Amino acid sequence: MYKIVVLAKQVPDTRNVGKDAMKADGTVNRGALPAIFNPEDLNALELALQIKDNFPDTVITLLTMGPVRAAEILREGMYRGADAGVLLTDKAFAGSDTLATSYALSRAIRKIGEFDLIFAGRQAIDGDTAQVGPQVADKLEIPQVTYAEQIISLEEKTIRIKRRLERGFEIVEAQLPLLITANGTAPECRPRNAKRLMKYKRATTLSERHNTSEDYLTNYNEKPYLNITEWCAKDVDSDLLQLGLGGSPTKVRQVENIVFQAKESKLLTTGDDEIDWLMQELITNHTIG
Amino acid sequence: MLTKGRLLANHLNVKLEALIIGENLEGMRKEVSQYGVDIIYLADDKRLYPYTTLPHATIAVELFKETKPQIVLMGATAIGRDLGPRISSSLGSGLTADCTDLQIGDYEDKKAGKKYENLLYQIRPAFGGNIVATIVNPDNRPQMATVREGVMKKEIVTTTNEAEVVNIDVSKYLDDADFAVKIIERQIESSRINLKNSSIVIAGGYGVGSKENFNLLHELAHTIGAEVGASRAAVDAGFAEKERQIGQTGITVRPKLYIACGISGQIQHIAGMQESAMVISINNDPHAPINKMADYVIQGKVENIIPKMIQYYKKNIK
Repeated sequence: MYKIVVLAKQVPDTRNVGKDAMKADGTVNRGALPAIFNPEDLNALELALQIKDNFPDTVITLLTMGPVRAAEILREGMYRGADAGVLLTDKAFAGSDTLATSYALSRAIRKIGEFDLIFAGRQAIDGDTAQVGPQVADKLEIPQVTYAEQIISLEEKTIRIKRRLERGFEIVEAQLPLLITANGTAPECRPRNAKRLMKYKRATTLSERHNTSEDYLTNYNEKPYLNITEWCAKDVDSDLLQLGLGGSPTKVRQVENIVFQAKESKLLTTGDDEIDWLMQELITNHTIG
Repeated sequence: MLTKGRLLANHLNVKLEALIIGENLEGMRKEVSQYGVDIIYLADDKRLYPYTTLPHATIAVELFKETKPQIVLMGATAIGRDLGPRISSSLGSGLTADCTDLQIGDYEDKKAGKKYENLLYQIRPAFGGNIVATIVNPDNRPQMATVREGVMKKEIVTTTNEAEVVNIDVSKYLDDADFAVKIIERQIESSRINLKNSSIVIAGGYGVGSKENFNLLHELAHTIGAEVGASRAAVDAGFAEKERQIGQTGITVRPKLYIACGISGQIQHIAGMQESAMVISINNDPHAPINKMADYVIQGKVENIIPKMIQYYKKNIK
């Protein structure tokens, strides 16, 4: 049996960015955007689930750091096959850069306990940095294998992984424990399982339950799997100086919205004569031909 | 990056140093020394090629602890993006990914009431390309950044000063634990797609609409001798291969002619093609941002316009 932690992030869907998406301090106002399961984190979850397919007593814990609302992706992961979810949430984490984030995550992983494998997506679509995976590996003092697209084999503590290079691929062998980041070319995550959806749809964190009526709460005592673990900075025994904006060495100095330099452009229609004219121009001035 | 590093070093009146890690580095040393480097550190060992994370990270971390550079730059390549965060975590210094520009400037932390001079401005598109952020590392050193491939100009420096070479005693730094990940097999595919060196690039975006319509782009490319590129949205939609992606997280091109088909023109895409000599935008939407930087805008559907271009060319050029 293997113990696996999958790191996931709820990200604003950066394809739909409105005007109110940025706060005055240059950080992102996540509340103003639709929130989704970061795509490559789903690839990471799938790689973990494939290991569980082969070794059914494997335990997969999905870990995320974010606002209370981020519990949505933990439920989503549980519908798809994760065994448990952990939400790391605290005002002290606000404004964290990649280093402060990886520190907090590494503390939470320590608190979860012994592990064989950590999976994470290669990068999140809101920042595109690809830094948190390797930084968590460094904080946990374990090796990393990035850009993974397939687990070739796993025997005892030895794993073989196919990783995507810029051109071509590489197969590497390493010993557990290990951190693996999944590339977008890894298999797509399986869909929700109907039985699991029924089982976990009322799974909540403590913060989410604040609004629930008392008599309903007994339900959670009878069915402990409906409790999504929620930890704050203190729970994971973290050094407050290394968290949040204060614990982040990088600062946002300035944020500019994109303004293109307007230049004189010539407007054409789809008429045959206009296309012909343009092609004639391009051929005459040796741009093409 | 070396050229940019030279400019930054001149501005700060400091030395430019390079660290090369690998095997049989003489050729690489010669190449690097052309760009005005003052000191070259060589970590030459047969165990250091092909690249694996830990030995490279250990060597860099130990060297940086000794030499205390103010600024560390590395390429935002697959290797740089694997190595950079590991080094930054070990040293506890901030790292900015995928910079498109670097400058030197001042910074005021108003909350703490502190002023900083001559910090590295690390400039990068962020948040899906809708903003450009300038990041600084006020207190921690080194200030680290990975730099997008192809966004900075290179210039050979003609100088008589040979770079000083320092050979690193690799065995001093490395132990067996650094070789925990072993490469079993490695296959490098030669790229069929040569976007970088193509003088004409025809790029398609999500607005092309389908893989079938993308075939029209290929047909035009084949006809006029061009290469086909794509925006991230088109790659994500499965219209084109990842190797064709142009922009911040893809390839940077500088062709004579860039034909943008159904591309709205997010900054991440623009970052990869803004130095094109001439731009034609084919788009249904007259307000597509890319139109503002186009020399010619054809308003209409890609599938109507491209066949006309192919037809004209075939008729008029043998």
